[in-house]
Amino acid sequence: MNISFRINGTNKNVDIKPGELLYDVLKSIGISSVKKACETSSCGVCTVLLDGRPIASCSYLAAKAHGHEITTIEGVSREAEILGSLMNSEGAIQCGFCTPGFMLTVIAMKRELQNPDEQAIKNYLVSNLCRCSGYEGQLRAVKLYMEVPQ
Amino acid sequence: MDIREYCRPKSIEEAYELLCSEGAAIIGGGAFLNLGDRQLSKAVDIGDLDLSFIKEDESRVEIGAASTLRDIELNDITRQAFEGVLSKTAASIMGVQLRNVATLGGTIYGKYGFSDMITTLLALNAQVELYKAGAMSLESYLNREHEKDIILKVSIEKEVTKVFYEGVRKTGTDFSMLNAAAAMVDGEFRLCIGSRPGRAKLAKGAMNFLNGIDSAKGSAGIAAILASEELTFGTDARASDTYRKELCKTLVRHCVTEVLE
Amino acid sequence: MKEVNKSIPKKEGLGLSFGKPAYTDDLAPRDSLIVKVLRSPFAFARIKDIRTEAAEKLEGIKCVLTYRNVPRNIVTRAGQGYPEPSPHDKFIFDKYVRYIGDEVAAVAAENEAAALEALKLIEVDYEILEPVLDYEKAVDHPSVIHPEKEAHEMFPIGYKPERNIAAEYHMSFGDMEEALDKCEYVVTERYYTQAQNHTAMETHTSLAYVDLQGRLTIVSSTQTPFHARRIAAEALGLPIEQIRVIKPRIGGGYGGKQSLHGEFITALTALRTGRPAKLVYTREEVFEASYTRHPMRIDVTIGADRDANIKAIDMKVLSNTGAYGEHALTVFMVAGSKTLPLYNKAEAVSFGGTVVYTNTTPAGAFRGYGAIQGNFALESTIDILAENIGIDPMEFRTRNMIKEGESSPVFRIMGEGTEGVDMVMESCKLDYCMKRAMELSGWKDKSKRRRQNGKKIKGIGGAIAMQGSGIPCIDMGSAVLKLNDGGFFNLMIGATDIGTGSDTILAQIAAETLGVSTDKIAVYSSDTDLTPFDCGAYASSTTYVSGNAVQKAAMKMKAQIEAAAADRLGLLTEESEFDGEAIWAKDRSKSISLKELSTELYYSYKQKQLLVCGSYCGEISPPPFMAGFAEIEIDIETGKIDLVDYTAVVDCGVTINPKLALIQVEGGLVQGIGMTLYEDVKRTEEGRLLTNDFIKYKIPTRKEINKLTVEFAESYEPTGPHGAKSVGEIGIDTPPAAIANAIYNAVGVRFTKLPITPEDVLLALKKKAFDMD
Ligand SMILES: Cc1cc2nc3c(=O)[nH]c(=O)nc-3n(C[C@H](O)[C@H](O)[C@H](O)COP(=O)(O)OP(=O)(O)OC[C@H]3O[C@@H](n4cnc5c(N)ncnc54)[C@H](O)[C@@H]3O)c2cc1C
Ligand code: FES
Ligand code: FES
Repeated sequence: MNISFRINGTNKNVDIKPGELLYDVLKSIGISSVKKACETSSCGVCTVLLDGRPIASCSYLAAKAHGHEITTIEGVSREAEILGSLMNSEGAIQCGFCTPGFMLTVIAMKRELQNPDEQAIKNYLVSNLCRCSGYEGQLRAVKLYMEVPQ
Repeated sequence: MDIREYCRPKSIEEAYELLCSEGAAIIGGGAFLNLGDRQLSKAVDIGDLDLSFIKEDESRVEIGAASTLRDIELNDITRQAFEGVLSKTAASIMGVQLRNVATLGGTIYGKYGFSDMITTLLALNAQVELYKAGAMSLESYLNREHEKDIILKVSIEKEVTKVFYEGVRKTGTDFSMLNAAAAMVDGEFRLCIGSRPGRAKLAKGAMNFLNGIDSAKGSAGIAAILASEELTFGTDARASDTYRKELCKTLVRHCVTEVLE
Repeated sequence: MKEVNKSIPKKEGLGLSFGKPAYTDDLAPRDSLIVKVLRSPFAFARIKDIRTEAAEKLEGIKCVLTYRNVPRNIVTRAGQGYPEPSPHDKFIFDKYVRYIGDEVAAVAAENEAAALEALKLIEVDYEILEPVLDYEKAVDHPSVIHPEKEAHEMFPIGYKPERNIAAEYHMSFGDMEEALDKCEYVVTERYYTQAQNHTAMETHTSLAYVDLQGRLTIVSSTQTPFHARRIAAEALGLPIEQIRVIKPRIGGGYGGKQSLHGEFITALTALRTGRPAKLVYTREEVFEASYTRHPMRIDVTIGADRDANIKAIDMKVLSNTGAYGEHALTVFMVAGSKTLPLYNKAEAVSFGGTVVYTNTTPAGAFRGYGAIQGNFALESTIDILAENIGIDPMEFRTRNMIKEGESSPVFRIMGEGTEGVDMVMESCKLDYCMKRAMELSGWKDKSKRRRQNGKKIKGIGGAIAMQGSGIPCIDMGSAVLKLNDGGFFNLMIGATDIGTGSDTILAQIAAETLGVSTDKIAVYSSDTDLTPFDCGAYASSTTYVSGNAVQKAAMKMKAQIEAAAADRLGLLTEESEFDGEAIWAKDRSKSISLKELSTELYYSYKQKQLLVCGSYCGEISPPPFMAGFAEIEIDIETGKIDLVDYTAVVDCGVTINPKLALIQVEGGLVQGIGMTLYEDVKRTEEGRLLTNDFIKYKIPTRKEINKLTVEFAESYEPTGPHGAKSVGEIGIDTPPAAIANAIYNAVGVRFTKLPITPEDVLLALKKKAFDMD
């Protein structure tokens, strides 16, 4: 079947199999930033934004994305640059495999929540797992990022 | 998932027709369907059927089946009505990525044992409206055989004066090892335990006891024992039956105490 | 120090955060065949017959591999020094399948759907054998897991496959009986630890293709590219010169990628089909069919005299290596060798035990490498003993623990699979770590009283730990440093950055030594064709071993630059001095900038390439040390344990990059916390793993991590590069004992089995008829 959606600001038309997952379709159109680590909506590594909201692309039918706007880290380069630099200064990018999905979730959070406290930040990011960092470095970077003027 | 045909019907009638063909299923958020190695002849997406709404009038709150858990968490109506218990229950489930996708319809239809939402809704004495079978209480719906139908919405009468939900999880993204909700609905006490790990059930004996007494004193402890004895508990990778039984006492005590306050 | 002890952001950090193609799967050519593995549904079985014709005929199938059509060379997949201390007990495919998840066959197809379809078409007749699932019953079980005649040890490791024994070892010094007799206080306790899974976010991935010259290239998420090359050559029966292994960026390892995984299969597929082939494990495969931490049963006896001096320590271990013996002996030995020296004044010490085969997922290397298991047992027992004596457990530790300038006989006796090396602690700030951690955590106040708040009780507990810095006299690292025109350098290292930031810190070490800034060093790691040998990222070796190699290379380079400049300036070599920018005559009479010199060297004056190599193999392995304190809060109605704060004070020598060192410790702590409280492993009676996805196997989320308080001791290791030791593993060791001790201090219940779940706590509290009032 054919679907069309916007990806990082450009319109895209692709032929997909009806059961195909968004993750696989994004890979097939050459988006390398989206990674997969669990296939069960449990880890947040495959996060993309659907109309600005974080979803797990590993468990989302591509067909459902028809008519919607998908954003990956490539589509938020200014924010990613700022957040990525803060993360890197904190040493919070270890293996980096969780990082793009994590950063997208943080970017969506910043757009969605006003002055979240630490608990609210953790609630928002809870299903973004990271096995390397122990989370504290990420939190330090996120707190700094939340202070950056929009 | 192996899907032969993906359909986006424009009307509920059409959706139902599609659903009736062999091997067809409704797609809500699709998050749970994805976990199984399912083969569908037709995937019937209900995204275009205007089933994503949350509204209220004087007497009830209605939530469309295509509303996501995140909608329920954030919507002003669900945050305010029933002491915000629907919003709180939704917020306790996994992370935003899942809640942005998982729908109320998928939650109810799945009748998942671990469900937190079902526990709360059952305590609130929610009604489910199906396209074919019509409206019925969630309790009767849960007891029915699985039948092909479309869940349209869930409604809850504003007869609830007090309600409390609690679940115990190992980590922030785990299923509850046990969850419980209690509510005072139209003067009647309702008490529901889920994730036993079997499907959520009303603890009728404990409810009868609570409804029959005049004084609240000490009743939470008794209700806890009654509930833990009348319900069955199982063992799975998360917890043993023995532990669940103990948790049941704790959670019932908390819920009843909160509601009687 | 200009470039070290400085938090320079990781060189590749930003690139990774933007999701640039970097990991093995990202690098696979578009036309790569997709490889899928058929795995055993039985814990133990013999394949009577296997029929693959239907699968082979399926459209899009390019290759089907079974034990019938692959080379039969027995190897160990453990990435370790050679000859390996692990038994050779693994064929690429075998007639026997030894755990649920073991490889039966593999298919390579044009696409994933075809590959999965083909798997379904392979018919296998199994003779189901009685599995050995309980490791306490494995020795002399009627079922022999490795009956094959080819299975062997490379040197004596106590290998007795006919008894299901993968390795055995015993050591002792002093007279145990006599020492215990002298002890006023003796405690014996038994502990159990579980088969924790690494859960690196990138699942095990390998890609193989045949290059233009007909050589096999393997790109793999591996921690040990050089060992991978050697082992792949052995298993495939190929001359080693036919193989190149490339390690791209790795999405987390923690030891899980220190053993080979899909490399044999993708390599064979590429060789047979001439097409690139990739195998990306599913999460389920990682859980069921990669590696786990070795589950252990540890019996500890410690005796102390009337004055609270530890006189005797006895540790007996039964370790479960699962179906194959990767790292069997060495992980088990480290349970003793990296814990027992902590209390170096004991007169009698004995350590020993057995590593057994069972029909469960193989165990392998995992951060901590036995030390975390041993530490749980030892450091829990220390608290019990202190209580019996009636002494504050931290005072007890401080009195008995190893100090700077001291040694332990254990260092000499126990190495990894071999004898150890004698060493004196030239840097050991354990006493400072202890004092500071007590201050930071508020131990003095908090330990005195049980603090209660409604239905919640708080407690605090602590433990100390040590690790190593590489495997002395065995593991070698090396570095090539090349000067380029324009005055910048290439640092080529075999050392394997698996996310740790070692590329950056090794560049910092080179820069510091040369006196240049770190951005003048372009780093490349690791590729067996292009970078010099390095044992790989394990045993906390990279900073110390590879770092020393880099330092040596950089010193040589500095000398060559000075010599070339002296020649150019008409000086004697000794008269020139490189200050990072320019080379000066020592009397400051003349100079030439490095930029000028290097450009002339390549284009205009006595042209030649400056290129040096440094390699290093440690003669000792200076341990990093730490003290860790856990403050917890127990909900006595649910048994839930909340971690309030974890304090760690670490002596890892000079931190080359403090922020990266900090994250190493924090990440290690959280993995240790996960093992202690959340990461439960459940199997069915048939041996099928139930906890085989992230829905059921729960690693800590950020909600569980309330607060980590980490500091470093000021410390300088004279044998380390610019004073550094290692920091990769030490963080993981203390949480099990510290948390178990904290729980005990809170509610008076001693847990000796991991993980400690809410269920365990609540049921134990109930049993104890714990009374709030
Ligand atoms: C990793 C993970 C963790 C989770 N953790 C929790 C948790 O802790 N607590 C909790 O309560 N829940 C949890 N859930 C479940 C989640 O809340 C939803 O219940 C679940 O995802 C189903 O919603 P869905 O929209 O994705 O359903 P789908 O996957 O779309 O559908 C599920 C089933 O319902 C049917 N269906 C969907 N909509 C309708 C309809 N309108 N009418 C009739 N049939 C319909 C489908 O055909 C299918 O059979 C979890 C889910 C996942 C994937
Ligand atoms: S890969 Fe999608 S949530 Fe883990
Ligand atoms: S940085 Fe490796 S998983 Fe997060």
